[in-house]
Amino acid sequence: MRTSRRPARAMAALTAASALVLAACGSGEEGADPNGEITLTVNVFGDSFSLPDNRSLYDEYERQHDNIKIVENRSDFGTHHQNLQARLTAGSGAADLEVIEVGQISGYIGQPDKFVNFRDQNVDTGQWTESTVQRASTVDGNTLIGLPTDIGGLAICYRKDLFAAAGLPTERDEVSALWSTWEDYVAVGDRFLSKSPKVKWFDAGGHVFTGIIGNEEETYYNAEGDLVVEENQAVRDAWDLSVQAIEKGQSAALAEFSPEWNTGFQKGQFATVTCPAWMMGYIQANAADTKGKWDIAKIPGGSGNWGGSYLTVPSQGANTEAAVELAKWLTAPEQNIKLFKMIGNFPSQTSTWTEPEVADYTSEFFSNAPAGKIFPESLENAPVQIYGPESGVIGNTFAGALNSVEQGTDPDEAWESAMNDIKAAAGEG
Amino acid sequence: MTADLDHRGAPPGQTRRRPPGQASPHRQAWRSRLYRLDVKGSPYLYIFPFFGLFAVFGLFPLIYTAVISTTSWSPRRPGSEDTSVGLENYQNLLGDENFHNALLNTFGIGLVSTVPQLLLALGIAHLLNYKLRGRLFLRMGVLVPYITSVAAVALIFNQMFARDFGLLNWFLQPFIENPIDWRAEKWSSWLAVSAMVTWHWTGYNALIYLAAMQTVPYELYESASIDGASKWQQFWHVTIPSLRPTIIFTVVVSTIGALQLFAEPFLFDTTRNNNGGSERQFQTVVLYLYQQFWTNGRYGYGAAIAWTLFLVTVVVALANFLLVRRIRSAED
Repeated sequence: MRTSRRPARAMAALTAASALVLAACGSGEEGADPNGEITLTVNVFGDSFSLPDNRSLYDEYERQHDNIKIVENRSDFGTHHQNLQARLTAGSGAADLEVIEVGQISGYIGQPDKFVNFRDQNVDTGQWTESTVQRASTVDGNTLIGLPTDIGGLAICYRKDLFAAAGLPTERDEVSALWSTWEDYVAVGDRFLSKSPKVKWFDAGGHVFTGIIGNEEETYYNAEGDLVVEENQAVRDAWDLSVQAIEKGQSAALAEFSPEWNTGFQKGQFATVTCPAWMMGYIQANAADTKGKWDIAKIPGGSGNWGGSYLTVPSQGANTEAAVELAKWLTAPEQNIKLFKMIGNFPSQTSTWTEPEVADYTSEFFSNAPAGKIFPESLENAPVQIYGPESGVIGNTFAGALNSVEQGTDPDEAWESAMNDIKAAAGEG
Repeated sequence: MTADLDHRGAPPGQTRRRPPGQASPHRQAWRSRLYRLDVKGSPYLYIFPFFGLFAVFGLFPLIYTAVISTTSWSPRRPGSEDTSVGLENYQNLLGDENFHNALLNTFGIGLVSTVPQLLLALGIAHLLNYKLRGRLFLRMGVLVPYITSVAAVALIFNQMFARDFGLLNWFLQPFIENPIDWRAEKWSSWLAVSAMVTWHWTGYNALIYLAAMQTVPYELYESASIDGASKWQQFWHVTIPSLRPTIIFTVVVSTIGALQLFAEPFLFDTTRNNNGGSERQFQTVVLYLYQQFWTNGRYGYGAAIAWTLFLVTVVVALANFLLVRRIRSAED
């Protein structure tokens, strides 16, 4: 227990009015009658459990539970996590279920009393790897604030048609053989550009950077939780190689997840993109017309992870019991397999990877690439990455800094200001 | 104020008590006390709703923000809300290059958007003041950008100022070698953000000017034209001085608005951490506040930025007021 709770209470009063408004919007506060009609709200920042035109999973649950209605609210990545923090601090307004991205979750672990503890909810945590569960747990391991949904095994998605036009092989095994390392990947980029000067090699330097460090265990923090980003040679190497590729003109310099980035997919402005499993969903949704032009090859370095999410139940909700049941159901292996086939989100339970439904799955959109084989392979040797409270912030800072290099800033200056920003953000102030 | 009312209210109370043969003096005293209470108290009652709401939504947040600004509160570090750091946040802020940059951006964008905005508004109002066909329609028309949501405006402007398939770059194609990356440079991003602000607010200010212009007595123009003043001279020497209070009002309001600019740069930004451009090219003070508070979870530091901005706004608004008040001094 903390010594004084007064500021927290005052903050609650301060936001009382907005909380009222939010609660009104959130609905689902009808009452505690367990058999009465319950509306459960799910806040997501992307295609976690549904596609904009497909909510079959929710429908299925509603059919099984007569008294439950599910309402999903979407917002973009940044807004989603900021709103969640605001509502947790205010003490009301959060949805019954909230998705938190893996890079962000360590920022919420310090507030375990704000979430339902899944350790008390008869969850079989053995279905996930220890490290996956550990990331959403307090240091003592007694509190688990979220259930893992998907996991972002890494691959490279590439445009077969653009490869053919540049005289590169198009078969996925041959393509995978082109780059056993990230240095090779950049070298192939040179070859590509010499034949196809109008199309860029990749979408954004930040994504190459993320791909490279996706194969590192220790990136921004060490196991003790100290910020080591500046001294870490692996990070510096990833930066240098990304800068090198940018300076060779390989980057389309499209800010990730911006409208222009979406347009880039549609217009084929770049030939490859660092492709965690969930990126398959993004590409299909953003550029439906490019169906059949894509294929999936192995990630340079052979393995890596980027992203994935956790499903949490904020303890402030009126229907936490029903919400926990839904959370358990949504993260169960059967549902994760359905989501993989529907959206591309790769299941976090290792046991599912050998199920024929997953292992034999091929994606029609990506020229029947055996996605069910590629992603587990990438994850098999992937290190367990260490995250800290500001990992998400640091990752975004690097993405911005590399974008500034793409816009013409001197790389050393960009590195310098990124380091200053990171120290300010992760400092004590 | 209350003293005044008291004086004004008391004498009638005294005189009314005089006519004899009415209710008991005791009862009269009671009524008179009630009456005095009414006169004294009811003004407070009438203004209470405003001050009550202000206390809850204005004063309390202001004070509470000041309290937070002396802590190192971050929701990501448990217990930090009780860690007092005194004025350290303010001290750090003074030496924070990103804050200096945000101030520069705010004043820069403010200048680039406010000045043309008010000049344009003045010109448009002047034109609308002539006898035109479909005058009402035109006058309502200039208000359309104002009633459009900023988010919708940003959507369109984002397309226009896009690097690869943007409308502006398409127009500029014959004149420039490479398409302009509007977000990459300070000047170009300031221009884009200012364009949005100007588009949104010009019509609003034009209508305010127009309303003021219509109160200028016609005789002034008549005598001016008899004295041989041209239309331009009339505008300069009759219209502008008559609009002085209105101009002061719009300048002060626009300045405060410019200092608190947020929605436009926020929506023009494509970074995922509200950086206002990859190198904070167009990160305004409020956007920096937002980034530190929400994206980076630094509640204490964010609160310090908020208070500093509040003080800066008061000082600038005052300076502005004093400056614009001199508009007419040439006339006197």
